[in-house]
Amino acid sequence: MSVLEVRSLSKAFGGVRAVSEVSFAIGQGQFLAMIGPNGAGKTTCFNIINGQLAPDSGDMLLAGKNIAGLQPRAIWRLGVGRTFQVAATFGSMTVVENVQMALISHAGEIYRLWRPAASRHREAALALLEQVGMRQAADRPSRELAYGDVKRVELAIALANEPRLLLMDEPTAGMGAGERHDLIALVKRLVVERGISVLFTEHSMDVVFAFADRIIVLARGRLIADGDAAAIRDNAQVREVYFGTGKTFAGAVS
Amino acid sequence: MTFTGFLFQALNGLSTASGLFFIAVGLSLIFGVTRIVNIAHGSLYMLGTYIAYTFATRIGGALGFWGGIVATAILVGVIGALIEVVLLRRIYRAPELFQLLATFALVLIINDATLWLWGPEDLLGPRAPGLRGAIEVLGRQLPSYDLFLIVIGPLVLLALHFTLAGTRFGRLVRAATQDREMVGALGVNQAMLFTAVFALGAGLAGFGGALQVAREPANLATDLTAISDAFVVVVVGGMGSISGAYLAAVIIAEVKAICIGIGVVDFGFGSVNFSKLTLVAEFLVMAVVLIARPYGLLGRAQAVVRSIAEPEEPLRPATPALKALGAVVLALLLCLPLLAQSSPYLLILGIDVLIAVIFAASLHFIMGPGGMHSFGHAAYFGLGAYGAALLVKGLAVPMGLALVAAPLVALAGALLFGWFAVRLSGVYLAMLTLAFAQIVWATVFQWEELTGGSNGVIGVWPPPPFDRTSVYFLLTLALAVIAVLLLRRLLFAPFGYAMRAGRDSALRAEAIGIDVKRVHWLGFAVAGAVCGVAGGLFAFAKGSISPETIHINRSIDGLVMVLLGGIQTLSGPIVGASVFATLQDTVMRQTEYWRALLGLIILLLVLAFPQGIAGALAALWRRVKP
Repeated sequence: MSVLEVRSLSKAFGGVRAVSEVSFAIGQGQFLAMIGPNGAGKTTCFNIINGQLAPDSGDMLLAGKNIAGLQPRAIWRLGVGRTFQVAATFGSMTVVENVQMALISHAGEIYRLWRPAASRHREAALALLEQVGMRQAADRPSRELAYGDVKRVELAIALANEPRLLLMDEPTAGMGAGERHDLIALVKRLVVERGISVLFTEHSMDVVFAFADRIIVLARGRLIADGDAAAIRDNAQVREVYFGTGKTFAGAVS
Repeated sequence: MTFTGFLFQALNGLSTASGLFFIAVGLSLIFGVTRIVNIAHGSLYMLGTYIAYTFATRIGGALGFWGGIVATAILVGVIGALIEVVLLRRIYRAPELFQLLATFALVLIINDATLWLWGPEDLLGPRAPGLRGAIEVLGRQLPSYDLFLIVIGPLVLLALHFTLAGTRFGRLVRAATQDREMVGALGVNQAMLFTAVFALGAGLAGFGGALQVAREPANLATDLTAISDAFVVVVVGGMGSISGAYLAAVIIAEVKAICIGIGVVDFGFGSVNFSKLTLVAEFLVMAVVLIARPYGLLGRAQAVVRSIAEPEEPLRPATPALKALGAVVLALLLCLPLLAQSSPYLLILGIDVLIAVIFAASLHFIMGPGGMHSFGHAAYFGLGAYGAALLVKGLAVPMGLALVAAPLVALAGALLFGWFAVRLSGVYLAMLTLAFAQIVWATVFQWEELTGGSNGVIGVWPPPPFDRTSVYFLLTLALAVIAVLLLRRLLFAPFGYAMRAGRDSALRAEAIGIDVKRVHWLGFAVAGAVCGVAGGLFAFAKGSISPETIHINRSIDGLVMVLLGGIQTLSGPIVGASVFATLQDTVMRQTEYWRALLGLIILLLVLAFPQGIAGALAALWRRVKP
C-alpha cells in the first residue's frame, strides 16, 4: 500500500512546462530520493506536493485521499511533515518553544488564550529534541544556533505531528560533508524506527546512493527513471542528463 | 446630470489628475530606488505652492509666475537632495518602520517651518499670466489654465518615460528599482544615484505644488491631504511604476470628479449626497484594487528587501524584580488621588497617561508580536470614542454600557479593516491601515447629521460618582491594568505565540498548520477592541470628541510611543506611552511649534535610540548582570 501516489502531475509557468505528467508512488516506510539536474522541476514538484503551488492537472492521493490543491496547513493536518531548503525556524522563540509550537498546533490549541504556551507539551518537545540530539540547546534562542543545528531542530518540528510522510527539500543544502552524512543517517534511523515514509530531493550523490531505498530522476519536468541505486547508476538516460555521454557515477560512489 | 455635463466633469478630473500625478510619480520613483516611502512628499508639494506664491507675488508678472514655477521645482529639488544627504542616508539600512517615522518627523518639521515663514493664513496666488481666460468646451467654460494642466501631465509622463528608457541615468534608476544591491555590486555610486533620484522626485512634487498656485490657495493642511492622495494613487498604480502612477491618478481624479458631478441623488428611501463621498470613494477604489491586484494595477511584486531586522529575545515571564516594580508603580498610582489633593492637574495628567498606555499597548500587540505596522490605529480609538459618545448623546445609554459598547464598535471596525490589512505586509499594510483611518476620519467629518461634523460630539460627561476626577482616574486605572494584563496574557498563550510564529516565518508557520492570516486577523481585531476602550475612556474624560482628536496625528503618536518605549519589550509601550503623554501634556503645550519639537524627538529616537527606552534599559541590565 503506498502512502502517497502521484498521478500525472503537471504545472506550467507561462510557456515553461516545469513539471509534466509526473507519476510515482511512495511505499510505507520508504526512503525515496528525487534527483535531477538544476531546472529539472524538483522544487516545483515538491512545492506542489506540500501545497505551496496548485498543480495545473493531476492527482495526489495521500492514503487514498486526493490532496491536490489543498493549502499547506491542510496537508500538514493530514500527516505530512516538511523541512525547507533554507531552514526556517521561529527566531524569536527558544529551541524547545519552536517544537512546542508545532505540538500546540497538532493538538488544536492555537486559539487558546489563557494557559501559557511555554507550559504546554514541554516534555514531549524535549523528548523530540532528545531524539535529534538537541536536548542540551532546548532553552537557547533558536536564531543563535549553527545552521546544522537549525536543520536538526527543523526535523524535530517536522516530526511533531507524527507524520506518515516527511518531505525534505534538499535537507543537506549548505552543510559540510560530515554534517551531511550525520543528518541523513539520523533521518534514516528515525524514519525506520517510526515507519515514516520520506521523499527528499538532494544534490549530493554520495548521500543519495548511500541512503535512498529508491531513486526517481527528473529531467526537464519529466520523470525519466525510477528504481534502486544500482538501476539508476546503470541507466543510460540518467547518465546522459547528468554527464552527457560516456561518464558514469562510478567515481561519485566510493 | 446630462451627458455633456458628465463629459465636462471628466475633463475637470483630468486636470486634477495631473496634480496627483506629479506628487505620486515622485513618491513612486523614490520608493522604487531607495525603498523609502517618503511621507514628507506631501510637504514638499505644499512647499512648492508656498514658494511659487512668493515668487509670483514678489517678482510678479509672467516672469514671476512662470519663471517662479520652474525656479520652485529646482529649489524644492535642492531641498530634497539636502534631506537625502543629511537624514535619509543614515537610515537606509534601518527597519522600514523607522524610515517611515523619520520621514513623518520631516512632515512635522516642514509644517512648522512653513507656519513660521508664511504664517497661518491661506495664501491665494495670482492667476496665470497669459492663461487667464476660458475656452468653450461642450457648451461650458473651461479655464484655459485647466486645459494647460490637462496637457502638462502627459507631457511630463512622456519626458520621464524617455529619460528612463534612453539615458544612462534612466537605466540606472530602472536597474536599481529591480535590484539595488546588484547595482551597488556592479560599482555604481549608489549615494549619487539615490540623491539624484530623491532630488528629481522632490522637484516633481515641488513642480506639482507650484502649478496649483493659480488654482488653490496655499494651505498648511495640504501636506497630509496630498500625501494620503498620493498613497492611494501609488498603491493603486503600483509602486515604482510611472505609467501606473498616471493611470491611477486619472482613475482616482475621475472617480472624485464624477462623485462631485453626480451630487445629491434621491433614492426614494432617502437622498445621498455623492459629492461628500469623494474621500470614501477614493479609498474604496484602493481597497478593491488591492484585493484584486495586491501590488497595484501596473506594479510587480516587490523584490525581497534584504534588510537586517533587529533580532528579538525570546519572551520570558516577568522576573520577581519586574513584578515587584509593577506592584510599586500600581501602589503609587492608587495613592495618586491622595497626593493630588493639592494639585488636581496631576490626576488629569494621570488619566491622559493611562489612556495613552491602553492605546499604545494595543498598538504594540499587533506591531511587535504581530509584525503589522499599523499607521491607522487612531481609527479604532475614534470608533470607540464616537461609539460611546453617540450612544450616550443619542440613546441616553448609561456610561457603563457605553464603555462596554466602545470596544465592540471598535472590534467591528477592526474585523472589517483587518480582513483586508492582513492580506498585505510592509509598506503596503502601513498605507492601507492609514487609508482606513482616513476613511473613518472622513466619515466622521462629513456625516454631520450623526457626528456633528467638525464640531464633534460635546457634553459627554460621566455621571456621579465618576464626575469626580479622582474616581474617574481610578476607573481608568482599573481598565488600563486589566487591558495591559489581558494583552500580556494573550501574548504568553498559544495565540500570542502563533502570532509571533506567523511574523517570524509565515512559511514555516503555515507548514505546521497555523492559519497565519486568520491568526493575524484576530490579533488585529483584539488590538482594535482594546484600543476602543481607550477611545471610550477618552470621550468621557474630555467630555467631548471631535474629528481632530482621531486624525492621523494620533496614529503617529501611537507609533512614537511604542518605538520610544521599545518595540521588542512588553513593558516598552507602557514606558513609552507614559513618557510621551507626559511630555505632550507638559513640554509641548508650552510652545506654538510643538510639531517641530515632536519631529525632532522622533528623529532623535530613530537615529540614536532605535531600541527605545525600555529596550535600552533592558540591554543595559543584561550587560550589568550577566
